[in-house]
Amino acid sequence: MIKERVDVAIIGGGISGIALAYELSKRGVEVAVFERSFIGAGSTGRCGGGIRQQFSTEENIRLAMESVKIFERMESELGWDIEYYQGGYLIIAHTEEEVKQFEKNVRLQRSLGLDVQWLERDEINDIVPELDVEGIGAIAATYCPTDGHAYPPKAVWAYAENARKLGAHIYEFTEVKKIITENGRVAGVITNRGETISKFVVNAAGAWSPLIAKMVGIDLPNKPYRHEILITEPLSHFLDPMVISFHDNVYFRQTMRGGIIGGWGDPEEKPGYNFTSSLRFVIKMARLLRRYVPSLKPVRILRQWAGLYDVTPDAKPILGPVKGIEGFLQMNGYSGHGFMVAPMCAVLLAQYITGEPISMSLEPFSIDRFKERVEGEVSVVG
Amino acid sequence: MRDQSEEEEIVCRCEDVSLKEILEAIDKGYTTLDQLKRYLRIGMGHCQGRTCMRLVAGILARRLGKKLDEIEWPTVRPPVLPVEIAKLAEVKTDD
Repeated sequence: MIKERVDVAIIGGGISGIALAYELSKRGVEVAVFERSFIGAGSTGRCGGGIRQQFSTEENIRLAMESVKIFERMESELGWDIEYYQGGYLIIAHTEEEVKQFEKNVRLQRSLGLDVQWLERDEINDIVPELDVEGIGAIAATYCPTDGHAYPPKAVWAYAENARKLGAHIYEFTEVKKIITENGRVAGVITNRGETISKFVVNAAGAWSPLIAKMVGIDLPNKPYRHEILITEPLSHFLDPMVISFHDNVYFRQTMRGGIIGGWGDPEEKPGYNFTSSLRFVIKMARLLRRYVPSLKPVRILRQWAGLYDVTPDAKPILGPVKGIEGFLQMNGYSGHGFMVAPMCAVLLAQYITGEPISMSLEPFSIDRFKERVEGEVSVVG
Repeated sequence: MRDQSEEEEIVCRCEDVSLKEILEAIDKGYTTLDQLKRYLRIGMGHCQGRTCMRLVAGILARRLGKKLDEIEWPTVRPPVLPVEIAKLAEVKTDD
C-alpha cells in the first residue's frame, strides 16, 4: 500500500524528482515520489551525463554554477561513487559569428565568477591533442575546467537511497492516473496503487510533463524531442573534457569506464515520444567522430539508444507555481540539460515549498514568462 | 547454500561482474534486468549481454522466486555486434 497522506507528492523519479525528494526530506518534509517505471528509466538514465556551466543566459549559468558546487560535494554527502569527473568542457567555434557569440558568453560567464578560458585555434590541441582542429574547421574554443560529467543512474540512485534513509517514500512502477483538485488547489494524486493526499503536487515528469499538466487543464509549452546517443568499446583514458559543437550539433566525452559516449542532434527531428534507434544517426555520428578524432576510426561502436529532451521555447526550465491551480508546482522543461542543473533546482524548490529564504529568484523560470517575448538560451546542442 | 568460491564466479565476463555482486544488487532492490544492467554494467560490454544476460535472468528469477518468463528483457540495442567507426562512416547515404 502507498502512503495515504504526505506533504508533497512528486510525479517522476528522474534526477529532478528524486533530488527534490532528498532536499525536502532533509528539511523534515514528508514526500512521496511516483515513478511509472524504475528510478532513472527516462531521460536521466539515457542522457550523456555532461555537467556544464558555459551557457549564454545568466539564469542558466547561475543554476549550473550552483549545481556544480553541489556535485563537488555530492560523493561525500551521499556516500556514493557517481563517477564525477571535472575534466572540463571544450566548446568549439567554427564561424566568426560563433566567435562573437562566444565572446559575449565568456564576458557574461566571467562576470558571474566562472573561470572560462578563451583558446585560439593553435591552443585547442593543448587541451585535447587528438582533436583534428583543421579537419573540423575550428577557429577558436572556450574551455571551462570545472565543467565535467558523471554517471547519471548512480547520481539518481545516490539521491534516492539517501532520501529513503531520511523517510521519503519512493514508489517505482507506480503510475499517477489523476491529480485531485479541490477549490482551485491540488489535494493529492490517484495512482494505479491507490490514492495519496498531499498539499503540493510537483510535476517532475520530464518529457511527459505536458501530459501530467493536462490532467489539471494546464497547457505547458514544452515539447518532447528524441535525441540519439551511442557508446563505443572502452579505451584507455585519453579524453578529459566533453567536446561540444553547436555548429555540428554534436557532443562526446569519455566515460570513467573508457567508452566514448556521444550524441548528435538531428535538426530534422519532429516532436514526439519516439525511442527508436536510427541508422541515420549512427552513420552521422560515426562520421562526426571520425572527423573530430581520426584515431577513433578502428574503435568499435557497441550500442546506441535514444532519450527525450523536454524542450521549452527558450531552453530554460519551468520551475515553481502556476496560476489557476494552487500547490501545483512545475519542475520540468530542462531542454536537454536537466541532469546538470537538477541538484540546484531541487534546492530552490525545496526552499520555496518550506518557505525558507530562496537563494535564487524563481521568477525567470516562471511559466508566466512565455506570455512575453523572452531571450532564449543559445548554447544548446539542439 | 552456495559455497564462497561459487559466489566469486564471474557471470559477466566483459565487465567482470561476479555472482556475488549480482545477488547483492538484487537484494538491494535492483530487481529488473534493466536496473542490474545500469547498476553493474552487465551486458554493457563487448558481448552486449549475448553471453551473460540469459544467465543473469536465471539468477534473478531464482532469487525473486519468479519464473524465467516473468523476467522482462532489456531492450536490444543496435548495432548488436560491435562495428568499427570507420566502417559505419563509409556506409553510403542519400545526403
